[in-house]
Amino acid sequence: MESNNDITLDHRVIYSIIEDHTRVLDLGCGEGELLYPLVRDKSVRAQGIELDDKAIQECVKKGLSVLHDDIENSLREFPDHSFDYVILNQSMQEVKKVDYVIQEALRIGNKVIVGFPNFAYIKSRFMLFFRGRAPITGSLPYLWFDTPNVRFLSITDFKLFCEEKNIRIVEAHYLGEKEIVRFRPNLFALNAVFVLTNR
Amino acid sequence: MKKNKNEKIDTNSAGVVETQYYTFAGPGMEFKFESGDALGPITLAYETFGTLNEDKSNAILVLHALSGDAHAAGVHEGQNDTGWWDNMIGPGKAFDTDRYFVICSNVIGGCKGSTGPSSINPVTGKPYALDFPFITVADMVHAQRYLIDYLGIDKLLCVAGASMGGMQVLQWVASYPDRVKSAIPIATTLKHSPQQIAFNEVIRQSIMADPAWREGNYYEYGQPEKGLSVARMIGHITFMSDQSMEEKFSRRLKNDKFSFGFDADFEVEGYLRYRGANFVKRFDANSYLYITKAIDYFDLSGGKLIAHGKAIDTRIMVISFKTDWLYPSYQSQDIVRTLKRRHVDATYCELTSTYGHDAFLIEVEEQTTLVKHFLDKTYNGYLVTGKYGIK
Repeated sequence: MESNNDITLDHRVIYSIIEDHTRVLDLGCGEGELLYPLVRDKSVRAQGIELDDKAIQECVKKGLSVLHDDIENSLREFPDHSFDYVILNQSMQEVKKVDYVIQEALRIGNKVIVGFPNFAYIKSRFMLFFRGRAPITGSLPYLWFDTPNVRFLSITDFKLFCEEKNIRIVEAHYLGEKEIVRFRPNLFALNAVFVLTNR
Repeated sequence: MKKNKNEKIDTNSAGVVETQYYTFAGPGMEFKFESGDALGPITLAYETFGTLNEDKSNAILVLHALSGDAHAAGVHEGQNDTGWWDNMIGPGKAFDTDRYFVICSNVIGGCKGSTGPSSINPVTGKPYALDFPFITVADMVHAQRYLIDYLGIDKLLCVAGASMGGMQVLQWVASYPDRVKSAIPIATTLKHSPQQIAFNEVIRQSIMADPAWREGNYYEYGQPEKGLSVARMIGHITFMSDQSMEEKFSRRLKNDKFSFGFDADFEVEGYLRYRGANFVKRFDANSYLYITKAIDYFDLSGGKLIAHGKAIDTRIMVISFKTDWLYPSYQSQDIVRTLKRRHVDATYCELTSTYGHDAFLIEVEEQTTLVKHFLDKTYNGYLVTGKYGIK
């Protein structure tokens, strides 16, 4: 069994949110690092969506069900409320049609878990403001010309988005490097994890 | 499909196997075809690899493609020809015969030991020829179900196959969902497209246009060799990709210069002629007609794969190949879309390969990884090791 230290904080947060025996769809599931413990420990009925061949093979090695597809094209056929949770962790910022994907996720899942890097993290602000450089941080580790990210947002941005789209935030978790951030998250959190439902 | 020519000594060979025969549907219990016709008795040729466990929970049915047969792996006594999926079936291989009991049967309507148009009609003492009932993929699966019943297997651990074998896999899920724990359809489709039907029609016409076909009654005279070999040449073009043909033949000449005649100048021409000529020796022309028609009739689209309102707990893994233009990936994605609509636990992987449709016989490594682990989890489930949570 992995020790707690091997598992990233966002995964531990999401792991603790999801109840036993639920149906979970993970959009951009990678090698199944998040789904595997859920299936193993919580008898979750899991489905992953992933585009990378190698990652798919790793998922299958873990015994996970995974579909080779990109996130935007993968959602249409799922009937309403097919899942208890639809997870969009560290993959929303790589999606072009964010609005569409979140609306579809809310249609096919009872709850949607969104995890993303906070662009307004203090080190990002520092790098941009004082050094005049595009930020590189623990949660946004890429150089500008080599990033898979196409959307850059802060925690405040996302809250406003939910407000405007009439999406209810059921839970909000703000994550630092090793622990939960409670004070001024838009400044001090590296990552955020939101649980959303339709209003 | 072509045979795997493995020249190295295979230490993981399924070993020496013998074709077995099961006959059913005797007098008064004729086999009912989807067409409404009935016929009996019916024999299926089959081979098995590995050992059936005590509770009969480790049986895998492997289903062959258009021109395949029951000889899926290993060798026959005193012969060198390995089975058509020898690189996938054997000890330690994808379908690990140390753990699983693998069954492969020749389809009904075939010509490799199962009852088909070239079999002797007990009433007339002559081959059935075109008196043989028309077959469908559902008939193939229906006949296999008799065999699985006979072997005493209540629930198959897995049904797996590519191309027409994949259609049978899907038909098993449609016809007997409660009897398959998992399914692996590879490089296949829910229904034959007009393009696929068109190729098969040209294949059939080339056989039937040969005067030696004699309306199917050629058995006393020998096969309609010309027509059948052209039919197979068409098939082989569709099994390869533009890229794999470039790599295999390019524009290389058999001799150094053009003949300025209609001999086979190019290597690709020689290859097709060789394949065609070889096929005539091993496959019955009428069986080719019947089986191509069966797959043209195949259509499990529009809710026919899973009956409406019925939930199935079969795990399904769909595999396609990027350069396969005979059964393109979009057709596998159609299968996946159907499964998503019906809440079926599904895995889909489009594998990178340059080999076109033939890839299912050639791309062993990635298929092995996928199949091996998929079967393992289907068979053993998850080992629960403990929990972790947030502190």
